[in-house]
Formats: sequence, structure tokens, C-alpha cells
Amino acid sequence: MLDQLSLLSFASGGWGQALLAGALVTVSLALACLPIGLPLGLVVALAARSRKRLPRAWATTFSTVFRGLPELLTLLIIYYGCQIAAQKILAAMGYQGEFLINTFLAAMIAFSLVFAAFSSEIWLAAFKTLPKGQLEACSALGLSKRTGFFKVLLPQLTRIALPGLSNNWLSLLKDTSLVSTISLVDLMRQTNLAVSVTKEPMFFYGVACLGYLLFAALSGRVFAFIERRSNRHLQGARA
Amino acid sequence: MSFEQLLALVLDPDLLERYGPRFLDGLLVTAKLVAISFSLGAVLGLLLALARMSRSLVLQRMAAGYVYFFRGSPLLAQLFLLYYGLGSLKGFWQDVGLWWFFREAWFCTLLAFTLNTAAYQAEIFRGSLMAVAPGQHEAARALNLKRSTTFFKVILPQSLLVAIGPLGNELILMIKASAIASLVTIYDLMGVTKLAFSRSFDFQIYLWAAVLYLVIVELVRRLLKHLEGRLGRHLN
Repeated sequence: MLDQLSLLSFASGGWGQALLAGALVTVSLALACLPIGLPLGLVVALAARSRKRLPRAWATTFSTVFRGLPELLTLLIIYYGCQIAAQKILAAMGYQGEFLINTFLAAMIAFSLVFAAFSSEIWLAAFKTLPKGQLEACSALGLSKRTGFFKVLLPQLTRIALPGLSNNWLSLLKDTSLVSTISLVDLMRQTNLAVSVTKEPMFFYGVACLGYLLFAALSGRVFAFIERRSNRHLQGARA
Repeated sequence: MSFEQLLALVLDPDLLERYGPRFLDGLLVTAKLVAISFSLGAVLGLLLALARMSRSLVLQRMAAGYVYFFRGSPLLAQLFLLYYGLGSLKGFWQDVGLWWFFREAWFCTLLAFTLNTAAYQAEIFRGSLMAVAPGQHEAARALNLKRSTTFFKVILPQSLLVAIGPLGNELILMIKASAIASLVTIYDLMGVTKLAFSRSFDFQIYLWAAVLYLVIVELVRRLLKHLEGRLGRHLN
């Protein structure tokens, strides 16, 4: 067991540094999906609630497609699809030669879309809990639609949506392990490499599982903190 | 562009003739994989839920640890852990006479999927068992029903009504997750798709797979909705 642990050392011959670098890629990929995924999810939810038919149809299609497709398939479609499209466009512009799309970028787009589709359902459910009077109160106060949404509705929505979003975040974190199949060197890929060199699959895959568990536990802490913070106005009333 | 050309772009007849039957085989493999692991997972999940709700602290902790591990790490890592990790202990499995099991990617995948879905289903069953009103237990005891009769005839049917929605979601998640099996040489729908793409380099293959998955998921969703309505028909 001890000689196996030395495989994790940071010195030469140890895989500690490689695994840590992979873990960093995993976390940064998951984090990079939030700036697109969260607002896009909200936009899809708003479109689904719209009174016009076109945005509604668009929102339903978007969420059905990206919630219904296996994440692996979405990833491959975006990866190869973008590549082929870029190649066609470049060829039309007279550029001959190989064009390789950045794997990180492709993965980021794919997982942002999936995250947006799943979180749009959470936002929609959160919208349903808001009393209609809130909107009426906004217009009675003469707030513009914009201010009403960002200053009155959104803060309440976020509070209600947090538990659901935290679930989505956890599945996003686990889904990122799929990028190892398009040879982005994340935690899973580094583990595969380590296994192919050292022939210690049991140990390294176990370590990878523990790594993901650690991330899940850490994000659980962070979300618990944010939830406590966003509910702090209720705690005073209860005490 | 004529209609034929447009059709060839999304549904090339030659390509369909060459890979269509393979797609059907892949579909069958996916269906088998999901059906077997989901139903075995349901049995294991129910046992786990009972263990988590038991009075023994050891059982509770063990079940909770199991659920935490399998829900917290990616299915892909679990599958590799089972297939490559356990598969590397060849000598040991030969001694116990289980090598035929861990040698096959198919059995390893089934095992990994079963263990994984069992953890998720355990949480669903636990929630739904707790949702049954406590008065039901008391009423069953007042009628002097056996514990097994109480569980199977009184508690379980009522809790299943609550569980069917989340269980349906889990089934759909499982259908989607089964695409991961293609990474350990299983030719399920995803595996067939990757094979066909690597031979033809025609992007439409991926679109076929996407449509197939969407149709399956939508069909299952509709079916479950119907089932849910039927199970709860005494409530309307």
C-alpha cells in the first residue's frame, strides 16, 4: 500500500502533479460552463414563459433536445460538428489544410448547453412559486420592467432555485469526466494515462473517484454557505 | 438543390442500408443493458433504502456510505474502476472461479450500472417510504398483520405511487448514461454510432443517433406519464 502511495508523490516518477493538473482542468472546465450556462438557462426559462408562440416553441425544443440527448453524444456532436463546420467555412474562404478546434472550447459549449437546458427547468419551477402580486407591486411602484426583474424577481428566484442548481452543478462536475474521450487532459484522462504507464488501475481509478467525491463534498459546503447567506433574512424572523 | 440531394445529406440511402441493421442491434443492446441494470438496481436500491432506515447503526452507516460514494463520483470512473481495476486482479478471480464474469466488458458494465443506479434508486425509495403516513403502520399493527404483509401489501404499494415519478426520471437518466458503455467496447447505440462514424466520416450518423435517443426518451416519458395516471386512478 505504501509503495502505491509513492505513485502519488510530486517528485519525478510520481503522478501527483499530473493528477493535480488534471483536477484543475476538470474544475476550471466546470466553472467555465457557468457564465454561459446560468444566464442561458434563465433566458430559456423566460422564453418558455413568453406569451409569443415562437420563443415558447424554441425554448421547449432547446430543453427537450439537450435534456434528452446523452451528454456523451452532445459532446461528440458539438466537437465534430464545430470542426466540420469550421473546416467547410474555411475551405469556402480558400483556406486549405487541417483545422482542429480547441477541445476545451468544444467541451465548454457542449456542457454549457446541457447545463442551461437542465437549469431552465429549475428556473421555471422557481417562477411558479413567485406570487403574481410581486409583478403587480412592481408596476404599481412604477418600476421599469428591467428594474422589476433584476431587483425584485431575480433575487427571490435565485434563492428558491439554489438547491436545484446545486444538484445541476454536481452532475455537471461529474459529466466533465466525459471530456477524457475527446482527449482533453482532465482528471479522468490523467488517470487513464497513469494507469497505462503504471498498470495500477485499481489504485488510480480509486483515487480519481475520491477526487470527484472531494469536489462534490467541497461544493456541498460552498452551496450550504450560499444558501444560508441567501436565507439570512428568514433566520432573524424565526429566532 | 433537389429533394434527393437534400435527403442524401441527412438520410443517405446507401449509408442507411450499410449501417441500418447495425443501429437496430445497437438499440437492442442499449435496451437490454438499461432494462437489466435498472431492474436489478431497483431490488438492490430497495434493500439499501431499508438498510438506511433500519434501526441498526452499522447498516445505516454502510448504506449511507455506499450511496454517497456512488452518487458522488462519475459513472465513467466507476465503470473503469470495475472493468480495468477489478479486471486486473486476474489471479484472484481465477481462484474464486469468477474470472468468466470480470473478463467480459458486458458483465462489468451491467454490474457498474446496477451498482450506480441502485444508489440513486435507494434515495428515491427512502423518500417515498418516508412519505407513507405513520398511521398506516399503526393501522397495520392494530389489524395484527405480519411485518412482511404490512410492508408488501400496505406500505410498498402506497410508496410506489410516490416513487414512480422520480423512478421514471432515473430510468431516463439511465438510458442516457448507457451511452458510456460504448467506452468499454460495448456496441450499444452509441458504440455502433462511433463505429459507423469512424468508417464513413459522415456526420449525419451522429444526427441519426441523436434522433433515435430523443425518440426513445420521449416515448419512455410519455409511457411513464400514462402509467403514473393509471396507478393513481383511484385518486381522481
